[in-house]
Amino acid sequence: MADGQTCELRLSETIMPQSTLESPTRQALIEELQGFAAEMRRNIFRTICLGGGGHLPACFSIVEILTVLYRRILRVNPVDPKNPDRDRFLLSKGHAAVALYTILAEMGFLDAALLETYGHSGTILGGHPDMHKLSGVEASTGALGHGFPFSVGMALAGKMDHKSYRTFVVLGDGECQEGSIWEAAMFAAQQGLDNLTAILDYNKLQALDRLDSIVSLEPLAEKWRSFGWSVCEVDGHDIPSLLNTFGRIPFEPGKPNLVVAHTIKGKGISFMENVPIWHYRLPNPEEMRTACRDLGMDELMTGKRE
Amino acid sequence: MRNACIAALYDLAGRDPKILALVADNGAIVYDRYRKDYPGRFINFGIAEANMISVAAGLAACGKVPFAYTIAGFLTMRAYEQIRDDICLQRMNVKLVGIGAGFAYSDLGPTHHTVEDLALMRILPGMTIFAPCDPQEARKVTFAASEIDGPVYIRLATGGSPKVYETDRPFEVGKAVTLHKGDDMTIVTTGHIVPEVLAAVRELENEGIQIRVLHYPTVKPFDEAALLEAAEQTGPILTVEEHSIFGGLGSIVSEVLAENGCGVVCKRMGLRDRFPAGYGSYGWMKEHNGLSSRQIISSVRSLMECPSGSTS
Repeated sequence: MADGQTCELRLSETIMPQSTLESPTRQALIEELQGFAAEMRRNIFRTICLGGGGHLPACFSIVEILTVLYRRILRVNPVDPKNPDRDRFLLSKGHAAVALYTILAEMGFLDAALLETYGHSGTILGGHPDMHKLSGVEASTGALGHGFPFSVGMALAGKMDHKSYRTFVVLGDGECQEGSIWEAAMFAAQQGLDNLTAILDYNKLQALDRLDSIVSLEPLAEKWRSFGWSVCEVDGHDIPSLLNTFGRIPFEPGKPNLVVAHTIKGKGISFMENVPIWHYRLPNPEEMRTACRDLGMDELMTGKRE
Repeated sequence: MRNACIAALYDLAGRDPKILALVADNGAIVYDRYRKDYPGRFINFGIAEANMISVAAGLAACGKVPFAYTIAGFLTMRAYEQIRDDICLQRMNVKLVGIGAGFAYSDLGPTHHTVEDLALMRILPGMTIFAPCDPQEARKVTFAASEIDGPVYIRLATGGSPKVYETDRPFEVGKAVTLHKGDDMTIVTTGHIVPEVLAAVRELENEGIQIRVLHYPTVKPFDEAALLEAAEQTGPILTVEEHSIFGGLGSIVSEVLAENGCGVVCKRMGLRDRFPAGYGSYGWMKEHNGLSSRQIISSVRSLMECPSGSTS
């Protein structure tokens, strides 16, 4: 255990970003995070629209989740991104890559100017994230059903080595139609991985339609509970609820944690919310004006991609 | 050779705490000693190969060196995309140990035979492939795998493989081994079909025919120099593999010969666009599927009688 204690000390000294150590009043914190999330939505919108393609609604449904994780929960440090004691974050729904890029840029892992290269030939910001090119990306995800079991391996390694780092992974709801998710869910429970937290982005839409009209996951929370997970349901856009929920991890010692985050796909753009057709589609100029108004930003000057 | 590999893994685990043994509900007796002495480093995933491979990648990302072990077909095919995306694309230090390759699980039928694995593994960037021919070599490639920082596939038969090497012989990654000298023709082969090839070659030797046997314990990276030297010195090449003739050793050899403009005939023995047929002993399966020493002799004769290869 001596090793564990040393590791704790180092974590608080070097890994915890200074900004998260400050303790503003709760209301001020919530407002700061809400403002951060609003700015992140604008950055995502700008990056995808100027880049000429991307999964806008899938990014928008996880904005508050990433905001709370990166600003208040994850013990990661852009100056020391490979520290063996860092918390791990994986985006198993890799198609929300731009959401990850924008927050990694905001946190200092990536140069913010890099976002302007998105969508242009030769960029290192692909439609799915590349762990070898980008600091702060723990796994190259994209093919659904891979990142989650990969994160299980990271959590298992932490348990084996008595490390104090935690592993967080964001899953898509449609992704849970993959059998590999349930193989990993059973295995993680069997191994008692209470250092693992999966956040299920339950926006209830997939590429073509509503999940429940394609292959329903319901009763979703019950399924995960019966697979041996400790489950907590939360409004995935409500920052105070997310703060409370992540603050309670581990929910039950000896069980992996699942946060079912009820979200709205396309959250923040009026005509995009809960409309499946926007899964991979860009607004036309008229829609663009409405979207910018919704997001509280100036209109974008979009041109042809290179 | 399976037992030799696991014994080597046991020794490796003793000196390196990062080594892990991963199984998908197999290895009942052969892993007993390992499980007893390293219980915390033996992980049974149950019958879930895809999960085993992705989790192995996550373990490797945190510094572990997992050896993921199961029946070759389930390993390389059920979990293929996981091997590609999570191990090879991310350059994870995971070792894959496929047992019962070819039709070593003779009477278990085609679902348990694996004649596609060399083709599938070799097209993955960064993958090293070992196919040892006997227990000694199986032990050596296991040690060699642990020294490679990256993905390795080890292709094995089951237990009870005969010895090919009578004395200790050093193993060098990426080098073909001349198991029999000769200048009349060359047989290029790999893995546990080697004893069958050597039986054929010894019989031909009694008739005064000297066949060179070039065995590839490392299929990838492929030792081109040894092949080109053999082609130059002996002319026609016969490849013998317990695998489909598509994509495996025969294909590699043909590609190397063609790209180098060798102009020698290459005939491939293996499964020709069909699944392994029949249920029987391993020896019977080889005969029934065209890979017995008798059939190898027959292929050698026809190739030597008509070196232009027009009879095939």
